[in-house]
Amino acid sequence: MQNAGVSTFLAQLLNGLQYGLLLFLIGSGLTLIFGVMRVINLAHGSLFMIGAYLAYVVAGWTGSFWFALPAAISGGILFGTFLEAALFRRFRDREHLDQVLLTFALILIFEEARSILVDNQFHSVAVPELLDFSIPIVGGFAYSAYRLAVLAVCLAVAGLMVLVVERTNIGASIRAAAENPEMVGLLGLDARRIHMLVFAAGTALAMLAGALAAPLQSVYPNMGDGFLILSFIVVVIGGLGSIGGAFWAALLVGTIDTLGKAYVPQLAGIAVCGLMALVLLVRPSGLFARG
Amino acid sequence: MTQLSRRTVLGGSLAIGALARPAIAQGAPLKVGLMLPFSGTFAALGENIAAAFELCLTENGGKFGGRAVTLVRLDDESDPAKAPANVNRLLGRDNVDALVGTVHSGVVMALVQAAKEKEVPLFIPNAGNVAATRDLCSPSVFRSSFSNWQPAYGMGKVLAAKGVKKAAWVTWDYAAGRESAEGFRDGLKSGGAELTHVLTLPFPETNFQPLLAQIPGLGVDAVGSFFAGGGAIQFVKDYAAAGLRDKIPLCGSGFLTEGVLKAQGAAAEGIQTALHYGDGLDNAKNKWFREAFAKATNRSADVYAVQGYDAGQMLAAGLAATKGDAAAVKALAAGIRATKIDSPRGAFTLSASHNPVQTIWLREARNGENKVIGPAAEALADPGTGCKMPV
Repeated sequence: MQNAGVSTFLAQLLNGLQYGLLLFLIGSGLTLIFGVMRVINLAHGSLFMIGAYLAYVVAGWTGSFWFALPAAISGGILFGTFLEAALFRRFRDREHLDQVLLTFALILIFEEARSILVDNQFHSVAVPELLDFSIPIVGGFAYSAYRLAVLAVCLAVAGLMVLVVERTNIGASIRAAAENPEMVGLLGLDARRIHMLVFAAGTALAMLAGALAAPLQSVYPNMGDGFLILSFIVVVIGGLGSIGGAFWAALLVGTIDTLGKAYVPQLAGIAVCGLMALVLLVRPSGLFARG
Repeated sequence: MTQLSRRTVLGGSLAIGALARPAIAQGAPLKVGLMLPFSGTFAALGENIAAAFELCLTENGGKFGGRAVTLVRLDDESDPAKAPANVNRLLGRDNVDALVGTVHSGVVMALVQAAKEKEVPLFIPNAGNVAATRDLCSPSVFRSSFSNWQPAYGMGKVLAAKGVKKAAWVTWDYAAGRESAEGFRDGLKSGGAELTHVLTLPFPETNFQPLLAQIPGLGVDAVGSFFAGGGAIQFVKDYAAAGLRDKIPLCGSGFLTEGVLKAQGAAAEGIQTALHYGDGLDNAKNKWFREAFAKATNRSADVYAVQGYDAGQMLAAGLAATKGDAAAVKALAAGIRATKIDSPRGAFTLSASHNPVQTIWLREARNGENKVIGPAAEALADPGTGCKMPV
């Protein structure tokens, strides 16, 4: 029995890690957009939903889920660029209340568009055949190969992001923009280009997360709502604008949420919120905020 | 000038009155409000219920009890928060004479309350809250489906008879989930077995991993579950992907595999469930119904369609007794209670608390069908605890 308890716990840790990594894909875009552009994007969860529906539609059209991933990434980049140029650029210097109104309106518009373009049904998306098998993990519990692949893709994307943000020139200007927006102009960097880049990347990440999640969670209306709340919590805990912070915070939130659901289901809903409250009390700028 | 115009107005209104009176005498169409989920996780269920209700109406030439019937559709989105407003829209704005709804057991409570208070007949074509035919029972509330307790009781009874000693129940944390857990517990108990664990997650979340990972360590012989619609697809697939399917058999209330077998694919093969309906039920009414439904909709009939159809049959029986008057609730109820409903599931009557007394069938998922194996519990009535039906 003791043994069963340990292997169950290990399986739950893996579940938490996988869930947390997915949260990171969503939360990292949110934190970058807020950090660099100072825009609160409530529609970020809807972008996740759009990615999932895009995957469902593309997989249906082409008969192969593999086309869904590049479609989500390229679609995200295009859509993000468009949104930034058409809307968010104009709202960057407005009050937060205006931004909240704008992005709340976007949630409604996106959901309505989803309803018109696709439908209001719940759809399951088949796991790609190549990965449609299971691998035993611990104590009689197996993981589908697809779930493991998602875990690996999330880790790879996380690694790539840290590399880009910490080691490249573009990354340096993004960090500069996040830490000190006035500095960007003084250094002769093109703030507009940085904003567009960050917004496009954030949108692509959220849509990629949606596409990856489609076979794991099914696609259904308002599916991004829960993720939006959790990823805001990730951003708050990790510190606004910090990629590394978002990474560790996402793992923390994913694990606490999973363990909460497994061991104290009565408190699962508030466990993560409690964590956020604690962080806000002890380190108001986030656990991993710079400076 | 003013005088004349007043007279014209007066004359006009008299004329309208004179026109309106014969219309009432002939029987203005009876308005039936279909408050069902036409979007979200239960959309397919709502569509089948509505289509089968319409089929029953068409079969009767568009009339129940000699009175023409018009239908008003309203999407309840399976959202309990919007339920009271939606009910008010149907009763207040659309002035419906009878209500049919709904699937989600949180949403149906608003309908039950309104039906009780305003004495508008309500036909519940799915939601199985035990309360609707227990402590909240009312002469104006009828159910054409089941109580959450019934199918799960049948499943528990079968498991215990097979020699299962300990079992767990996995479900969404809402009324239907909790009440089906109680039915499962009582069914297991009837054969000396025990429900040792109930695992839940919030409705309608589909991240089942934290629950699935616990199952190998529970030490149970079987896992029962209540999920429906899209959630059921994902759960059955995830249960198989977690490598649990061949180790601890999964079973459940029939909704687990109802209308979703195609999407579940191989993951569902061999899963046993208990329900008041199944594929291949051999009776003439079922044969006719399945053909007629397929012809009308290009979809296969399922339990939701049967329930929608029977809601129509019950309303028809009641209106036949009152000659089309939906407001005469007591006579309507007496008419329905006295009628043996010729359902595709097999004929049934209503219990004193207005819930079907029906056979629960044991089915097994095979090649995309829920094949009936045999009765799990015959002529099973919900306990109806706490129902004090005013006579």
